[in-house]
Amino acid sequence: MTERTEPGFDALHPPSRELLDDCVHCGFCLPTCPTYQLWGEEMDSPRGRIYLMDLAERGEIELQGAFTEHIDACLGCMACVTACPSGVQYNRLLEATRPQIERNVERSRSDRLFRGGIFALFPYRRRLRAAAIFGLVYQKLRLDRVAERVLPPRLRATQALMPPVKLRDAFASLPRRVKPDGPVRRRVAMLSGCVQDVFFHEVNVATQRVLAAEGCEVLTPRDQGCCGALGLHAGREDHATKHAKRTIETFEKLPVDNIVVNVAGCGSSMKEYADLLADDPEWAERAKSFSAKVRDVTELLAELEPRAKRHPMKAKVAYHDACHLGHAQGVRAQPRAVLRTIPGLDVVDLPEAELCCGSAGIYNMVQPEPAAELGERKAGNIRAVNPDLLVTANPGCLLQIGRYLDGDVPMFHPVQVLDASLRGRPLP
Amino acid sequence: MLNAAVRDALASAVGARNVLSDPVQLRSYECDGLTGFRQIPALVVLPLDTESVAAAVRVCHEHGVPFVARGAGTGLSGGAMPVADGVVISLQRLRQVLEVDPVDRRAVVQPGVTNLDITKAAAPQGLYYAPDPSSQQVCTIGGNVAENSGGAHCLKYGFTTNHVLSMTVVLPDGEVVTLGGDTGDQLGPDLRGVFIGSEGTLGIVCEITVRLLRVPETVRTLLADFPSVRAAGEVVSDIVAAGIVPAAVEMMDNLAIQAAEKAVGAGYTLDTPAALVVELDGPAAECGSQFEQVKAICDRHGCTRLHIAGDAGERAKIWMGRKAAFAAVGRISPDYIVQDGVVPRTRLAEVLGRIEEMGQAAGLRVANVFHAGDGNLHPLVLFDEDAGELERAEELSKDIAELCVELGGSLSGEHGIGTDKACSMPRMFGVDDLATMDRVRSAFDPGKLCNPGKLLPTPRLCGERPGRYRPHPLEEAGVIERL
Repeated sequence: MTERTEPGFDALHPPSRELLDDCVHCGFCLPTCPTYQLWGEEMDSPRGRIYLMDLAERGEIELQGAFTEHIDACLGCMACVTACPSGVQYNRLLEATRPQIERNVERSRSDRLFRGGIFALFPYRRRLRAAAIFGLVYQKLRLDRVAERVLPPRLRATQALMPPVKLRDAFASLPRRVKPDGPVRRRVAMLSGCVQDVFFHEVNVATQRVLAAEGCEVLTPRDQGCCGALGLHAGREDHATKHAKRTIETFEKLPVDNIVVNVAGCGSSMKEYADLLADDPEWAERAKSFSAKVRDVTELLAELEPRAKRHPMKAKVAYHDACHLGHAQGVRAQPRAVLRTIPGLDVVDLPEAELCCGSAGIYNMVQPEPAAELGERKAGNIRAVNPDLLVTANPGCLLQIGRYLDGDVPMFHPVQVLDASLRGRPLP
Repeated sequence: MLNAAVRDALASAVGARNVLSDPVQLRSYECDGLTGFRQIPALVVLPLDTESVAAAVRVCHEHGVPFVARGAGTGLSGGAMPVADGVVISLQRLRQVLEVDPVDRRAVVQPGVTNLDITKAAAPQGLYYAPDPSSQQVCTIGGNVAENSGGAHCLKYGFTTNHVLSMTVVLPDGEVVTLGGDTGDQLGPDLRGVFIGSEGTLGIVCEITVRLLRVPETVRTLLADFPSVRAAGEVVSDIVAAGIVPAAVEMMDNLAIQAAEKAVGAGYTLDTPAALVVELDGPAAECGSQFEQVKAICDRHGCTRLHIAGDAGERAKIWMGRKAAFAAVGRISPDYIVQDGVVPRTRLAEVLGRIEEMGQAAGLRVANVFHAGDGNLHPLVLFDEDAGELERAEELSKDIAELCVELGGSLSGEHGIGTDKACSMPRMFGVDDLATMDRVRSAFDPGKLCNPGKLLPTPRLCGERPGRYRPHPLEEAGVIERL
């Protein structure tokens, strides 16, 4: 890669003038922006970042240096999209800006290696399984205590995220077809995910069981891979398009009404395939019809009138909105409604609910310091409501928050809670 | 350019980590909520406490460097626009609520705390902070003090100045003083009152003690549609004439309704020419009987739809639509200018008619959202900069503000004069008035380093507009003459 010398963006899909002009500089986004909350600096607010994108689009500033630094510092949580009264599509602005940086700005060697490492590991289930074996040994030997002292910050942050590894789960595979209990109400296909499948296999199992109990036939194709979300959110356009196309190919041939996802980040990017592939004549239509079918699992469950019997559960549950579910997909009421179908369950909200926990895709690995501050802050807000359980619909949040809650509060995906209620069993 | 000695002195005043000097970073500070006026500062400092604000101001004072305080940068009159070769002092790292005292009903806060966060901090005690600018979720109390900000509920409860008991202020020479006190009645000249609304020209407020009110026992809110702006205006007059003091009376015209509904989906009627939001609060019995009176007045003036907020959620939705209306206008127009002026309430219908005519003459649309109860207008001039309409829009906007003065009102109700309207000040004030204001300012800031060029007109500021020759307002006022 050669570093771009002239200022501004290159010609390949820069953020459009039209989208930039939507921002009226009112500042309503400032209080919900995590980095603005931390630092109070204009250029680390959505308004400031859009201002800089605007200057770059006019060719008034260079991409390398401060511009890249402040775009990199954005978590991509999209809280600003929720807050914006003018309808600014910051998500599209950011997704157009990040590839510009990846293409045109030379990163330091260590940064390049680290980011490359993440993308060589996370989207691949087999490599993650190998990492799980390594992780198990690592945890058994308590090497994390050593790591705290010797590793550089980014690697330290990455190793600290690893949940307790259960090898049987990491290597288990899901049944390809699960029949519904009773007559079929919906035919669905499930994305099993990468991190989700290796580290949160039990969430996938619970999803299949819950959907079946509510009358869904669930197909889970074995040949599926990464959906490309991590790449999409990090500006790795090639990675994102490659995996999007593969995912569409795998799922479009299945005779299903919906494609169900239990990972907020994946669902959000799968709903955006239509935008991502809009310019590709071969794929545009296919992406559009794929995206139209995508549902978060809680969204689907909320659409179906509850049929299976719920056993009461007496517990106070704090619900944490994953940014890619709440802000990016606007799915807030559904998971709460689904949880409230369980008799006896008291579902409460968190203070500063709109604020990101610091997970944000690869953010807590590449920007460990702000991520740690946000993680601590989220943990404090969770402890403040004193819940019996914390529930959130994204593995990234579970890993991040788990690290800062330090075992104080048990954590689950909403479908695990519903699964326990349907089966009349205590939570694992 | 600032010389190295000043830079070093500022870095040691606030800590090197709290200084921004990268040219790209500085660009993001070149304007506030009014983007038409821009100036890149030489440096931005973000002090962590009152002492370092004072230290930074002392450095500026010693070296003759102009400085501008900045809160959230949401101001709509360019009051926080930087000064060339000057320093921006951002108060965004002073964001703590220092104390909430439920017994004496007051809170002590730092200037970077948002207006809404004061209410959030007081809510567990059943208290709240009354002034509520539409930008309350983001605008800071420091900026509210500078602008003497109002809001929808100021009709009943008054402006910022009615709710600030005392302040710790850094004067333009770096001295730290306290203005006002814990009791309402202070002896001697009311310097607290002089400072509030001085638009950052008399110093930087660093700690504010505000009054908190008890959350009212009952709140009733209705949204009423009317066949014309005139009919809605008459309702406002009749409500006041009936001796009712509503917590708020807000009017929106059709364009504003369309924008707000698009943004929030609050349930406004899309094709109604005008709508009123009326809110009453207080003891349940009083609130209930007055609410019936208001409904009857609405009916008498041909109200076409009356929607009563059923619960707090619906009320919040109605207000969200109203409060997001400015920014929401971005959805129906590529660019717009938010104007702010006041007319006597009795002349509301007249001024709206004139504004409509002026808009037609200029070939531009004007949306109206305003605090009808106190005659505070917010005409929004819609235009398209790419179509070359900017200058026409600015002209129209200025004419509207000056029309308010002509009708016996004011250039600004709550957004301030700032950079935007300094040159219109001679329309409202005579030479002696302006000279007196300047002497007050000079008493605080003889070196004119604290937010220079704002609020009061200066020949340099108002004479240097590009384009065709226009008689300078100060020339017209006889303050200066062109040689």
